[in-house]
Amino acid sequence: MHSPGDARPASLSDRARRWFAAVRPDNLIVYLGFLAVVVFFAVVLQDRGFLTADNFANIARQTAMVSIMAFGMTFVLSAGEIDLSIGSIVALSAMVVAILLRETNLIIAVLGALAVGLVIGLVNGLLTTRLRIPSFLVTLGMLSIVVGLARITTDLEPVPVVDETFAFLFGSGSIGPVPILLVWTAAFLVGFHILLRRTPFGRQVLATGGNKIAAGYSGINTDRIKIAVLMMSAGTAAVAGMLYAGRLQGARYTLGEADLLTVIAATVIGGTSMFGGKGSIVGALFGSLLMGVLNNGLLLMGLTVSEQLVARGVIIIAAVALSLREARA
Amino acid sequence: MAAPRLLARPVTEAEVVLRATGIRKAFGGVHALDGVDFSLRRGEVHGLVGQNGAGKSTLVKILNGVHQPDEGDLALTDRPLALATPSDARRAGIAMVFQEFSLIPTLSVAQNVHLAHEPRQGRLFIDDVRAEAETREILGRLGVAIDPRATVASLPVGSQQLVEIAKAVSKSPSILILDEPTASLSQAEIDILFGVLANLRSSGVSLIYISHHLQEVLTVCDTITVLRDGHVQLSGPASDLDLEGLVSAITGAKRGEQVAGGLVGRPAIDRTATAALEVHDWSLGSRLRDVDLAVYPGEVLGIAGLLGSGRSSLLRSMVGLEHAVTGTLRISGREIALHMPTDALRAGVTFVPEDRRRQGMVAGQSVQANLLLSVWDRLTHHFLIQEPRARQQGGDLIARLDIKTAGQRQLIEHLSGGNQQKVVVGRSLARGPDVLLLDDPTAGIDIGSRRDLLGHVRRFADDGGAVIIVSSELDDLYRIADRVVILVKGTVGRELELSRGDLLTEAAILSAIHTSESVAA
Repeated sequence: MHSPGDARPASLSDRARRWFAAVRPDNLIVYLGFLAVVVFFAVVLQDRGFLTADNFANIARQTAMVSIMAFGMTFVLSAGEIDLSIGSIVALSAMVVAILLRETNLIIAVLGALAVGLVIGLVNGLLTTRLRIPSFLVTLGMLSIVVGLARITTDLEPVPVVDETFAFLFGSGSIGPVPILLVWTAAFLVGFHILLRRTPFGRQVLATGGNKIAAGYSGINTDRIKIAVLMMSAGTAAVAGMLYAGRLQGARYTLGEADLLTVIAATVIGGTSMFGGKGSIVGALFGSLLMGVLNNGLLLMGLTVSEQLVARGVIIIAAVALSLREARA
Repeated sequence: MAAPRLLARPVTEAEVVLRATGIRKAFGGVHALDGVDFSLRRGEVHGLVGQNGAGKSTLVKILNGVHQPDEGDLALTDRPLALATPSDARRAGIAMVFQEFSLIPTLSVAQNVHLAHEPRQGRLFIDDVRAEAETREILGRLGVAIDPRATVASLPVGSQQLVEIAKAVSKSPSILILDEPTASLSQAEIDILFGVLANLRSSGVSLIYISHHLQEVLTVCDTITVLRDGHVQLSGPASDLDLEGLVSAITGAKRGEQVAGGLVGRPAIDRTATAALEVHDWSLGSRLRDVDLAVYPGEVLGIAGLLGSGRSSLLRSMVGLEHAVTGTLRISGREIALHMPTDALRAGVTFVPEDRRRQGMVAGQSVQANLLLSVWDRLTHHFLIQEPRARQQGGDLIARLDIKTAGQRQLIEHLSGGNQQKVVVGRSLARGPDVLLLDDPTAGIDIGSRRDLLGHVRRFADDGGAVIIVSSELDDLYRIADRVVILVKGTVGRELELSRGDLLTEAAILSAIHTSESVAA
């Protein structure tokens, strides 16, 4: 359809610029915040092992699930929707994979748990687009349904995971010195980043969130986009559930309970707009790392769980306020 | 009142590329199009004109696949054409430049231009470098200097409109529809646009050009079709038409005819009295420039102008809804700085906004709650609302404005559009204001309610109030205004005054608008 134009070969500066554009999040606050928090803890916790390779590997492991879900959430928010059901999907997926591992084999268990997530995402998407219920309400209702289902599966009993291969692949293993959770994070990071920035699908997600009517007029099937992003976030939640089950070598209906707030905060701090049209996968990674460092640092400082909750809430609000402010400027 | 109808005859010998026959389309029982025939020839600029609600937008949305006709056929070079979606239209080579911008503000110019047809690198990936190069090439061809990498939201509105056109042109359409393309452009940008249109036309592209700027339409177009109330009123070569003929076809008034029903023989307004509301050197960015205007007790002042002339901004700025205003504003002689509508309300100025559904009514609440929204503070005793007093005042307003409702407890959304609007106007009157500002108060309401509503507004002025009314229904101004001021691109143009013997008929106002426009251009 289009004329070839004077499409010159990509020059060096073009390549450099494109590479930079890929790494740059949509706002700087996430990097500055990350740096500030790391420096702060490094100084305050000098003698308590914050600045050690072990501790950072630990943070990376703890953050993997939140990061992966934040990548999915980036797509949902960019499309102008939201998914509140992810925490509950974590629990159900972990329960399903643990039960299926006990009853069948690894492949069926993994595919089964993934299918559970994707089907929930599909239902979320269909309800949002067909019945025109805002995704906020659909996924809020779904949250309750799925938590209930997770509790019903074993009548609140935890399920141990004894399959060594599964535990290795989904959590506790490592490839050389690299923890397998880091490999998972990196794989999702690269895949989702390219999907958002370099493919027509990503462009259509941003267009749908930026101006749904205009996107529709441009020939984009915005309903299909919404269904797709809700399936993506539910899918990432299912993966996160399996990673929890693998890392903890067991599943409980409480898994993922506290993750929703962290995931949304990480995504928004990373420069993704709550109102759609703007998203950054790399930003979401640093947003999650910021959350992870925060948890770790506060714990090492010796705060009680209750005090950590208060401190975390305050910092999240401050960080989101700052990043929104920068986005407006 | 039949308008002069020109005999249809071929403009050129060029073949018809798009033909619509017997198109009908109704929305909720109202016929937007009632048997419209339309044909477009290769390489012509075809002007489509008519008043708001005449059916222009509906027709082009059908041609673009946004709406589907209830009846009638489309044909593309004599092959039947079915358009279920905008994508179908695009595949058929029909592109449209929308009046409401269809750009994604958060994406770059290049990303917008190629939205949904991005150049690929391999099969999967977008080639952004090529997209940028192609966009630069298209913009260069259009003769505009816009950075393809800039975010659309960061561009001025005029440039956004040009990006919109670049986006349509990038699809190499054979038919291009432009809906009010000059509404937000500066004169320099308009000249650029006309150059672009001439280029497209000579390369064989057929253009449908919708505009309210009749002088522009006469200059640019080869053929002109006039729609009125969903019918084709006239269709023929532009060279056979002049401004006056076009105006009479659009309004349905005969040339020079004076229609009965307006205000006649009214006493002149006392201009020696203190103005109820006046502005001096009133400016607002590029939207209003040095406006001087005063309205006196007992007077209804009409403001007319094209879309983008600044008429809504003027009213909004007079109640403190626009913040970057400069100049002085006096209410009953006293200079006041308005920061928000509450300030205006306290000084006795109330405002009926343009968009009833979004800015006017509070859906989900009762008629009474809507009527009394700004007077609750006067109906309390020891901080508690006195229900009997509320009921009484609500009842008074319902009776005064003759609102058709099952009762005060009725939810406002269950009322007809006209009665909803009466509630909104009633709310403004509830506080007993001195000045009433109305922004397009009769848009989308039926003829009966419209007459009622205008009657109430006139009575308010006759009782000593002052009114400024903006309306795109010029007939409204004709019915109640003592004086009409034409706004042109944010400045005051001609002024028509009943007591000086000026006619305030629709045709008179329309031609005043167009002469003011051509003076300003």
